[in-house]
Order: sequence, then structure tokens, then C-alpha cells
Amino acid sequence: MDGTRALQMGRIDDARVAAAPGRVAPRRSRGGAYWQAAPFALLFLLFFILPLCLTVAVSFWHYDEYSLTPAFTLENYQEVFDGCIAKLPALCVTFATYLSTLRFALLAWVATLVLGFGIAYFLAFHVRSVPVQMGLFLLCTVPFWTSNIIRMVAWVPLLGRNGLVNQGLQAVGLTDAPLDWLLYSEFSVVLAFVHLYTLFMMVPIFNSMARIDRSLIEAARDAGASGWQTLWNVVIPLCKPGIVIGSIFVLTIVMGDFVTVGIMGGQQIASIGKVIQVQMNYLQFPIAAANAVVLLGIVLLMIWALTRLVDIRREL
Amino acid sequence: MNRDGDRRPAAFWWLAALFTLFVLFLYGPILAIVVLSFQGPSGGLTFPMNGVSTFWFSKLWQGVGVVDIWAAFGRSLRLGAVVMLLTVLLALPAGLAFRKRFIGQGALFYVAVASLIVPSIVVSLGIGLEFRILDDAVKALAEATGWGFLQGYETSAGLYTSALGAHLTWTLPFGLLILFAVFNRFNPVYEEAARDLGASPWRVLRHVVLPIIAPSLVGVALFGFTLSWDEVARTSQAIGGRNTLPLELQGLTTTVTTPEIYALGTVTTGMSLAVIGVALGCVAILRRRRAAASR
Repeated sequence: MDGTRALQMGRIDDARVAAAPGRVAPRRSRGGAYWQAAPFALLFLLFFILPLCLTVAVSFWHYDEYSLTPAFTLENYQEVFDGCIAKLPALCVTFATYLSTLRFALLAWVATLVLGFGIAYFLAFHVRSVPVQMGLFLLCTVPFWTSNIIRMVAWVPLLGRNGLVNQGLQAVGLTDAPLDWLLYSEFSVVLAFVHLYTLFMMVPIFNSMARIDRSLIEAARDAGASGWQTLWNVVIPLCKPGIVIGSIFVLTIVMGDFVTVGIMGGQQIASIGKVIQVQMNYLQFPIAAANAVVLLGIVLLMIWALTRLVDIRREL
Repeated sequence: MNRDGDRRPAAFWWLAALFTLFVLFLYGPILAIVVLSFQGPSGGLTFPMNGVSTFWFSKLWQGVGVVDIWAAFGRSLRLGAVVMLLTVLLALPAGLAFRKRFIGQGALFYVAVASLIVPSIVVSLGIGLEFRILDDAVKALAEATGWGFLQGYETSAGLYTSALGAHLTWTLPFGLLILFAVFNRFNPVYEEAARDLGASPWRVLRHVVLPIIAPSLVGVALFGFTLSWDEVARTSQAIGGRNTLPLELQGLTTTVTTPEIYALGTVTTGMSLAVIGVALGCVAILRRRRAAASR
């Protein structure tokens, strides 16, 4: 086995040497690549680029109760931020909604980061056998392939007024009356985010950790670093790409969410995504589009800030 | 890692405890509803169990209120199968294309990644608007020209148009990223050997590349089906008239107050697990075959 591998390595090097002078033209015509990528590109053109362009366009359109008319007006944006500046420092509905969504994003981000990092660290550095590592990794990923809605509904028998947690707390005597804030509350919304999206944080961080050269950690230890010092000065800096990718996932999902906030908040808590959804249901397309453009702007700003820290493409 | 042989450091036990709790956190709730779906006929949404029966499953079989849940089940199943197929058929050539150089490569990559992180509600709204504008245009055309075949036109949004497109914007980036990872580790010497022996590009693909990456393609297909099967956010504004199962489910969370919804949850989760099981089985078989062949 090792022999063949060495042979392969040797061959690759030969190939590299042969291909080195001035990057010899590819064996086949480049046209092939275009045909291969065309259907893929066309799909994103039709169902991603064009819809986004239309959303931006429609956000400037004029509308009344009956119809959409192409125009260039800022009235939709004015309606989104109606009275927001005048009311300050009191928060208008839009600002309050954005603030509440940002708070959810921040809470979910901190919780998934700490938990995801801990789990990834355990798998990458403490589980020694590779099959066990892969098995445990798979154990964490399986729920990702099942329905998010069901995973939210599944909290009802545990957190409801007569749920297991309340039954347990009352049995132990920690509380006399059932706690109401366990379900259909901000708590349950954040809990569901952590439940659903820790994986998005854990996988990229694990991926980064798996690439860390173990001799660096040996070296840190030999140089007299304590466990925490090694973690803080060696492991975490080397995990930065994974942390950034995971953070982008979690933050953008939570910023645009309306399903989790809807179900786990008992349809009583607002979020930007939910505002857009409600406006769509009332056929107020231009104002929904304006809200979507603002949301997109904020999310892109967050991603831009995060990617200042790392080049994603290099990490794949 | 640790110098004193097999003794685990204290950190190991703390982290092992954290991991165990995390797994309980992941699986506990779902186990609770699986157990509760076998609640007796007089049982409620919470523990204790009031007898054990399959009452709620048979009730589910008859349908949930006004919603035709089995029609939605069928629609989701068919859509999932189509999404799975198209995810493989579109992502594989794209993955192959990315091994070469072509103009617009970087842009296409960023578009695919952007599709993954642009909030689903925005994508969904965009696709919804796109089809609405298209419908308005076709209706205006029908009125202006009086062409007979356009007169009954209602909408072109639907399961296999707008919803399919919405699902693919979500599954294809995953497919492409998986293939990126695969081809980054792919050793080109096998292809070169086949080419040196005179194989055509098609035969190289068919007899060399595909067999090597087959387990990963199963993975791509798994992502395609399961992500489509559970998709809500992107579909919500881009579905047209008839809903998929997850969308119906979302509506049912507020209206159904019996263990019937747990029975439905057990069935859909069982479906997902069956698909995961089949996929992992396929990967294991492919691996074993390869091991046997190389021996």
C-alpha cells in the first residue's frame, strides 16, 4: 500500500515537472468546461440572480391595492422606516424588529460557537481512533438530514406547561407552578436555534482542527505552554477559518429566519423574515421587497466584516 | 497527545460529558415524540403515556382534518426524487468543469456560495416575484393577442417549476462543495493512465472517474433528497397552489393538538432515516466492492 502511494507521489511530481514550463495548453479544448458548467450556471441565473435583481427592482416600484407598476420611487423604503428617525430615541416597529432579530443572532451565535467548538475539539483532539471519530461525527450529523419542523415540534412534550421539564421541576420542588417561559418564548427560540444549527458551526471548525499539524501542539507543550495557553495561542488561531465559516452560516440563517421564530415563538415574536413573509401573504410585494433588500444589505455587511478575517476559497 | 500513556487527562472527561449531553440534546426530543406517537387513544401531547397503541397512526392514515396530508406526502416524495436526480446531474458536470480553467469560474463559485448564505426568505420572495411578473406578462399577452392557447392561463408557478428551482438553489451549492472536496483529493494518475491507453474522455469518465467518486455521488444525492424533503423557507413563497409536506406540517403545528402530529413526525423522520440508511448502505457496498476489486 505504502509502496503504491509512494509511486503515485512520484508520478505526480513527474507530471508537475512535465507541466511546469509555461503551463502547457490543456489536453482538450476549453469549450468542454463551458458546456459542463452551463446548466449549473443557467439554473443559478434563472432562480437566484434574476430573482434577486427583480427583488431590488420591485422594491422601487409603485403599488396600490390592485397592481404593481414599474417606477422608480423610494416610497416603499420610506414606508419601511416610517417615523423611525422622528421617534428616536424611542424605537419604531422596524428598528425594534431589527434589534430583536440581531439579539437572537448574537445569542445563537455565542451559544453555537461555544458548544460547536467544544464538540469539535473533543472529536478532533480527544477521540483517538479514526473509525470512532467518524462514527461520533456521523451521530452528530444525522439530525441535520431530518425535518427541522419536527425537531421544533419535538420540544413541546418537554418544555410545555405539562411537559417533562416542568413535571420534573415540580416533583423536585424547585417550583410550585409550571414555568411559562420554557416554550413559545424567546428562550425556546434560542434553544431551537442552538439545537438546529450547532452543526453548522461544528463541522467547519472540526474541518479546521483536523488539519492542524499535531506536532505544533507538541511543540507548544514542550515549550512549556499550559493547556489553556495552547488552546488560546495555537488551536484557536488555526481554527479561525472554520470559526468564520460557521459564524457566517449561523448568523445569516438566524437573521433571515421566520420559521423557527414563528413556531418556537408561538407566532407571537417578530423577526425581519417574519415581517417579509406576512407582507408577502398580504400581497404587499414592493414593501416586502424593500425589506428584503435592507435585510440582504445587513447580512452582506456582516459577511463582509467576517470575511475580512479569512479567505474562504483557500479553505475548501 | 498526553505523555503518560493511556491515562486520559481531566479535560477528556469534561468534554466527553459535554459531548454526551449534546447527543442527548440532539436526540432526546425526537425520541420523546416517537414514544408519544404510540400514545393511547385518550392520551395527550405530554407524558405520561396513557396506554400504548397505534391509534394515532391509523388516525393519521385517514388524513388530518381538511388537509390532504398523503397527497402532500406524495408531492414531497416526487419532488425530492427529482431534486436528487437534478442535483447529481447538474453538480457533477459543474464539479468536473471546475477542475479545468474557464472564464467566470470565480464568479460562478461565489454565486453558488452566495446562494447558500443569502437568507432563504429573500430567495423565496425573489422567485415568487419572478413568477408573478411572468404570469402578469403572459396574461397581458393573452389579452392583447387573443391567442386561444393562452386564454385559460393561470400561473406557471408550481411544484416542478418555481419550487424545483428554489430547492435546487439550496441543494446544488452543497453538491458542488462536496465535489470540490472530492476532486481536491482526487489523484489524476488513474485518468492519465487510461488516457495513455487510448481511452476517450467519455470512457475515462465512465470507467475511471465515476467508479472512484461513486460513494461521494451517493452523498450528493443524499443531500439532494433530504434537503428537499425538509425544505420550508425557500419553498414558502415559491410554491404556487399545492403545498409540500413540510409546508403543511408548518401549518399543522398551530392547529393540531393531538398526538397525531407526533405520529406524522415519526413517519417523516422514519422516511429521512430510511433514506440516510439506504445511502450509507450504498456507500458501504461501493467501498467493499472496491476493496474486493483491489485485492
